[in-house]
Amino acid sequence: MTLFHSDSLQENRVVVAMSGGVDSSVAAALLVEQGYDVVGMMMRLWSEPSIGAHAPTNRCCTPDQMADARRVADQLKIPFYVVDVQEHFRRTIVQFFIDEHEHGRTPNPCLECNRQIRFTYLLNQALALDANYLATGHYARVEQTPSGYRLFQGKDTAKDQAYVLHMLSQEHLAHVKFPVGDYTKPEVRQLAAKFNLPVASKSESQDLCFLGDGDYRRFLREYSQRVEQPGPILDGNGRVLGQHEGLSSYTIGQRKGLGLATPEPVFVLRKDSRQNALIVGPREALGQQQLTARLVSWIAGAPPPPDQPVQVKIRYKAVPVSGYVAEVLGNGRVRITFPEPVIGVTAGQGVVVFSGDECLGGGIIDDQPEPIPTNHPTKESL
Amino acid sequence: MSERVIYLDHGASTPVDPRVLAAMLPYWTETYGNPSSSHRYGRSAFMALEEARAAVGSLIHAQPEEIVFTGCGSESDNLALRGVMWAARANGTGNHLIVSAIEHSAVLQTAVQLRDHFQFDLTILPVDENGQIRPDELAAAIRPDTALISIMAANNEIGSFQPIQTIGELARAHGVLFHTDAIQASAVRRWDVASQPIDLLSMAPHKFYGPKGVGVLYVRQGIDLISPLTGGGQEDGRRAGTSNVAFAVGTAVALQLVDQELESRAAHYQALTQRLTTGLLAAFPEDCRQTGHPTDRLPHNASFAFRHLSGNDLLMHLDMAGIAASSGSACKTGNPKPAATLQAIGLDDAWTKGGLRLTVGMQTTLEDIDYTLDKLQAIVGRLQRITAVY
Repeated sequence: MTLFHSDSLQENRVVVAMSGGVDSSVAAALLVEQGYDVVGMMMRLWSEPSIGAHAPTNRCCTPDQMADARRVADQLKIPFYVVDVQEHFRRTIVQFFIDEHEHGRTPNPCLECNRQIRFTYLLNQALALDANYLATGHYARVEQTPSGYRLFQGKDTAKDQAYVLHMLSQEHLAHVKFPVGDYTKPEVRQLAAKFNLPVASKSESQDLCFLGDGDYRRFLREYSQRVEQPGPILDGNGRVLGQHEGLSSYTIGQRKGLGLATPEPVFVLRKDSRQNALIVGPREALGQQQLTARLVSWIAGAPPPPDQPVQVKIRYKAVPVSGYVAEVLGNGRVRITFPEPVIGVTAGQGVVVFSGDECLGGGIIDDQPEPIPTNHPTKESL
Repeated sequence: MSERVIYLDHGASTPVDPRVLAAMLPYWTETYGNPSSSHRYGRSAFMALEEARAAVGSLIHAQPEEIVFTGCGSESDNLALRGVMWAARANGTGNHLIVSAIEHSAVLQTAVQLRDHFQFDLTILPVDENGQIRPDELAAAIRPDTALISIMAANNEIGSFQPIQTIGELARAHGVLFHTDAIQASAVRRWDVASQPIDLLSMAPHKFYGPKGVGVLYVRQGIDLISPLTGGGQEDGRRAGTSNVAFAVGTAVALQLVDQELESRAAHYQALTQRLTTGLLAAFPEDCRQTGHPTDRLPHNASFAFRHLSGNDLLMHLDMAGIAASSGSACKTGNPKPAATLQAIGLDDAWTKGGLRLTVGMQTTLEDIDYTLDKLQAIVGRLQRITAVY
């Protein structure tokens, strides 16, 4: 991915990615207050038509959201443009979401959108408009230090979004701003009220932005022939214990809802997309002490040394656990190890490495080919 | 933002001419009565309204009672289509409607609604690569139950005139009514409905330096309309609602000024759009093409398609450079579908998202055009570089 280089860049110009929500609206207002030459921009992404009366009202790119963003821009007296990314988004993000599920993985489309759309396509649109920066409403902080740019969690650690920004490089970080990163969510709401923004009381958006009704299983059934096919539930020895309803309906570590009558409780260990099988096992088999990650990138350009203890998040809402970036495997892969077994390692999710509140980088959890025994410690943890 | 600002979207709307504004002003604060009232306030308002109606009528060689004031150009189109088709059904005189594929959505959507929800038959005529209908195809589409042909006088996006004389004669020969959406064309054309074979004609004064919020529909005497807007029987039962006297007065003055200044305006527009078109096509011989008819077109409309570019992105960059343009019609920002009009004239996917319409006006200068050409060259070059990545 190459970033656009303008020969007439305006030092003071910032393009704000506006969604019509509170965070990006306040981000825009803060930048205006700080004296930047601010331009609002909204991406029109592909989404299903709304489904049913209970369709989420704060979905991406609805006419309402667009009107809200436009109202905020008008109030801030900044230009506002909508850029069309529907086809690009459908091709690279929505199709990716379907493909990953077909391969038994659980993707995080927001990561891919940041990687392939927001901080490439949109950042380039900003740079092409002679802007020096693209600003978003993410809760994260960037610091410029003599050794380069560093990425930190936002002040509101409960809202940490450094996780979804782990793929940014030094080149990106030189051109991004996260104005709400210095505030907590309640403070951002207060700021919205202070700036008299019409969006101060809007609710959070939660679901994937392209779903018509917030139901991703229904979406997969509708858009994929291959996903959501029933198949066997197997134990570690390949014995058939029952039938599953489609792999994407289950999460790693899940116990309830398997419909199995076993003497001991069993848990979902992994998904085998080749056999369309759900592999289950006892609680002891659940944790694992290592994983491999692909598509790895490091904020500083290099991983932390293998003996440096780091904190690792294996999904967006996961509690960080101690670990090590133990080995660089090449081909953009690394092996991450955990002194204590970790439950819920899920192929396709982002694994992000922190040192305290600093995000060091991360990648995507690879398919875990074999269940990794956890009842005897691995070499690294000794 | 840029220091210099240039308005090149007169096809979307124009400023109100100060002479028009001055003529309208008394009708808000002085002569404010309801023209339907019988007292002196009402009578003076009524007199102003009817003078405006007579003036508009006389400018297009129509009788005053053939002029209906509506709320906007779209409403005029709606009234023509619904009014004629509903009456045709009520009178048992027809059930079929013909429109062209590149009508403004005020006509096209109304026709589609008549088809989908009111069980009328609809023929949508294709256009040629210049955006003009083929008269032989029109003749072949006319059926015994055809009640109305609605084909625009000039296209709002690509500027092509339609052969309305031929269309009207065909309609006459088959005993079919002919409506023309003249909303763009009225900025640069005079109408003589006494001699032209036109039965209904829509105008919108804000396209020619009059106010927004008012439209005109000419309805030839004797044509039965069933009004979609019912109420107090204003406008001879064809359009209920309190008459907007100020805007009717403004309409008459604006149309009067078109009539007086038409040749000088058209010549001014022509010089500007010609320079723009020649300049742009010379700058991008491979990647830019003119859309619409090369000569038989609105003199104030210069329209183009750019290969592999998004018209939406072009507009954004032009706006940042201070230049107000349009990618086609003044459609809602942010829903850049491939332009149906560009598809209808046979452009392929490489071109249909890259529409750009620049419409000049009385205040536009040659310097504005040169500045715009300069900026456009830089912007297109830049967008080509960034688009190449995706």
